Amino acid sequence: MTRKQQRLGLLALGMAALGGATVLVLSAFNDNLVFFYSPSELKATAVAADRRVRIGGLVEANSLSRGADARSFSFRITDGADDVAVLYQGLLPDLFREGQGAVAEGKLRPDGIFAASSVLAKHDENYMPREVVDALKKSGHWQEGGAAGMAQKK
Amino acid sequence: MTEIGAFFAMGGYAGFVWSAYGIAAAVLGGLSVYSWRRYRDSIVTVERLQQDLGRRR
Amino acid sequence: MINWLANPARFMRLSAKAVPWCSWTAVLVLAVGLFWSLMVAPPDYQQGDTVRIMYVHVPAAWMALSVYLFVAVASAVALVWRHPLAEVAARAAAPIGAAFTFVCLATGSLWGRPMWGTWWVWDARLTSVLILFFLYLGYIALANAFDDPSRGGRAAAVLALVGVVNLPIIKFSVDWWNTLHQPASVMRIGGPRIDISMLAPLLIMALGFTLLFAVLLMVRMRTALNERRAMALRLNAGAIPAPRPGREPVVSANTVVP
Repeated sequence: MTRKQQRLGLLALGMAALGGATVLVLSAFNDNLVFFYSPSELKATAVAADRRVRIGGLVEANSLSRGADARSFSFRITDGADDVAVLYQGLLPDLFREGQGAVAEGKLRPDGIFAASSVLAKHDENYMPREVVDALKKSGHWQEGGAAGMAQKK
Repeated sequence: MTEIGAFFAMGGYAGFVWSAYGIAAAVLGGLSVYSWRRYRDSIVTVERLQQDLGRRR
Repeated sequence: MINWLANPARFMRLSAKAVPWCSWTAVLVLAVGLFWSLMVAPPDYQQGDTVRIMYVHVPAAWMALSVYLFVAVASAVALVWRHPLAEVAARAAAPIGAAFTFVCLATGSLWGRPMWGTWWVWDARLTSVLILFFLYLGYIALANAFDDPSRGGRAAAVLALVGVVNLPIIKFSVDWWNTLHQPASVMRIGGPRIDISMLAPLLIMALGFTLLFAVLLMVRMRTALNERRAMALRLNAGAIPAPRPGREPVVSANTVVP
């Protein structure tokens, strides 16, 4: 075995060990690496009442309603299987709309309503000009928003 | 709005879009200028040293 | 093959021809790409004109990852085969990669504010790219930390290889965990989810960034080889080697003089 082969072997061994260690660490911290829970995950896990969490999913169609002061909103976040009612006071991001993804941060109240202190919009992986969307809708090939993508996720 | 005005307005997102392009141009352009200057300097240094060496011999 | 490429004299000869050629191609491709991105490409149906930030953000992100891979492979070659050019290449590439990573982070922030509603979140994608930026900075610092360049080079090469685990984490973070960042649009199973009118300028900008990287890499490698030659000439002339600019040798109070 030459010195060169020795170094190459050592390198391969080191990289393998490093890769293994990384996989172990990542799987151990898996729960801390998710940015938000989906509504079904939120219901499946017992979250302490006063713990701040984030929930994410699609803003359910026709669920958005504005309060009298135009700064309070209520809507439902869904993952296709389950959904959570959200109350929010503040400004919504430009991309926030029904049928699109959103992530709300706040606390789950005992009555099952999620009181959000901040709301972020999440967009999907589709990019296209307006005309293409209109053409797709006309031909009946249109799927609303990233509904498929968000619902498939766990 | 005129066509050129609409181009600069970027649909109301002018600040974000132009800042993004500006930062990219500044960082990549800055690195290019710095790298090129240092390259020119290195050529000058090598030439000067070679001349010095030639004179001494 | 590696032996053939690793000859510094041959590199100087080939790159002298390639640099001007590549530079003009890069300028041309970037000009076309910018024109297409800013003037020709249509606004997105959801994101309007902010989608134009994508044409610098996404190519910068691709470069951030691929340049890191380049640094890591060159470091491995330097460690195992001790080829003289490999370490020069890794050192020359790292600052370029750091610049692309910075551009990716900054433009992403400027895109996130209007669309997501925030400049920054600590989700898995954004955090792992920030770690990539720090890996680049760590590599650059370590490579220049020692007066004896070969010692710093070896330590930096090991860091570059350790950091490789971050690359798959960045790429798949959007699939493995819930993130605010959307999943991949171009390099995904089932083909791109970007309309051709937007994919075209994106790929042209990516080609332009790649050419820019090639030019900068060659120029910076030539600089390093020139500086190395200057050092050798100084030693040859019997002069005390002048320190490289900005890197005065530090003699601290507790330096032990044998």
